[in-house]
Amino acid sequence: MATPFRESLKTKRFVVTAEVGPVKGSSVSKAIEHIELLKNKVDGLNVTDNQSSVMRYPSLGVCLLIKERGGEPVFQMTCRDRNRLALQADLLFAYSRGVNNVLCLTGDSIDVGDHKEAKQVFDLDSVQLIHLVHSLNSGKDMAGNDLDGAVDFCIGTTGTPSADPLEPQLLKLEKKVKAGVSFIQTQAVYEVDELKRFTEFVRNIDVNVKILAGIVPVVGAKMAAYMNENVPGVFIPQRIIDELAQAPKGTGVAKGIEIAARMIKQIKEQRVCDGVHIMFIGREERVPEILEAAGLV
Amino acid sequence: MIIAERKPIEEIRRAIAPYRKILVAGCGTCVTVCWAGGEKEVAILGSQLRLARGAEGNGLVTLEATVDRQCEKEMVEELRDKVNDVEAVLSLACGSGVQTMAELFEDKPVFPAVNTTFIGMPEKEGLWVEMCGACGDCFLDRTGGICPVVRCAKGLLNGPCGGTRRGGKCEIDAEKDCAWVLIYRRLEKQGRLDLMREYRSPKNYRAVKRPGRVQAVKA
Repeated sequence: MATPFRESLKTKRFVVTAEVGPVKGSSVSKAIEHIELLKNKVDGLNVTDNQSSVMRYPSLGVCLLIKERGGEPVFQMTCRDRNRLALQADLLFAYSRGVNNVLCLTGDSIDVGDHKEAKQVFDLDSVQLIHLVHSLNSGKDMAGNDLDGAVDFCIGTTGTPSADPLEPQLLKLEKKVKAGVSFIQTQAVYEVDELKRFTEFVRNIDVNVKILAGIVPVVGAKMAAYMNENVPGVFIPQRIIDELAQAPKGTGVAKGIEIAARMIKQIKEQRVCDGVHIMFIGREERVPEILEAAGLV
Repeated sequence: MIIAERKPIEEIRRAIAPYRKILVAGCGTCVTVCWAGGEKEVAILGSQLRLARGAEGNGLVTLEATVDRQCEKEMVEELRDKVNDVEAVLSLACGSGVQTMAELFEDKPVFPAVNTTFIGMPEKEGLWVEMCGACGDCFLDRTGGICPVVRCAKGLLNGPCGGTRRGGKCEIDAEKDCAWVLIYRRLEKQGRLDLMREYRSPKNYRAVKRPGRVQAVKA
């Protein structure tokens, strides 16, 4: 059995988590492959929740697969698709089945996904969701009713070190940290200085919050430009786009892995933050190469 | 005020296809100001419909009238003779006006000729922007007079989402400002940034019990 994620967060070890993106459809074989490949190499496997507002197999479903296979799942929960009743019900279900790490997110807008005409919910926002999980942890639902069987979630959230303007983002982050989180997983970050500033800001509010830098490898100059334009919260600097553009044809993925590993090494050596969260969506099977290149296995 | 947009002419033509004589009814308040359903738009729509039907050899007679406020029964009552004289009514008022008309003249089919879109204001000539979600629980005093309930694409109450684009634009539209960046800048100007640190608890959706009903209290 894996070490509980909350215990990993308490150590001084460099914590590593990776993301697993559910498929569109009921076939879970690929997800199982990724889980088997990664579960013993990382401290937690983080499962996206209808990522980019594209309807998929549920986060909680993949979390259960991870749990059944002895891994340590981190349940991503966005506020886009569920009202407060559904959020609470899913949290109770998750906890009852051993899924006890939750990452509280706002969620991308419905407009960026594949069901653009749907009604987006956002009954709560991410700060309110964190408060909600604390309420469940204390044995009460959001309306103040007693729970028959409380929960004990390890709560995380996200932050955007590269935002521009940054200040409004940090003020919101301050509310999240004050609401009480054990870890923050950043959005994709490519500049160590931005990460340093971000970490310092969080430490000044609460020194105990663990920060995992979001690592999203980019595998080509065109992909980078596309991501800058279309992926909310992602800002890839020009120097990385240039480096990718200079890579010989057919070596984009290797170059992307090299750049990601370099960043991870730098973060670890300089102890910029407490760990990394690797998001290589669609290429989960190549995550071990990043871990190896970064000297994490 | 209430903002509306004229429906596509083809949709309107399909709706009134079975009728030979209709009343095209405008409203002199909000939809006049936003160029969707005032006297001028009534005249234009009336002639468009007559011309199109004339070209088909299936003539249409239109009566035309615009009242000051189509959401008030007393004012719509003035149209009774005209309504009695037609088979159907095409209303260019907001949804409230259409329903007032339909309630007053229950035996006549009433068709909306506009889509009511939001409560807003003109930003510049010919451009209207949404300002208020009529949520029944106003907290504009805490947000520098900028409403995140409707001006944030997600209606977030505690600050911006992580999707904000460079320069403080909205995740879903590079042309639109992130409401929370606007709020931040406004509060910064006022020296009230502490309000950005204030936790706002989940919205009470019972603030307006739908369907809404407000009883005035005499002072």
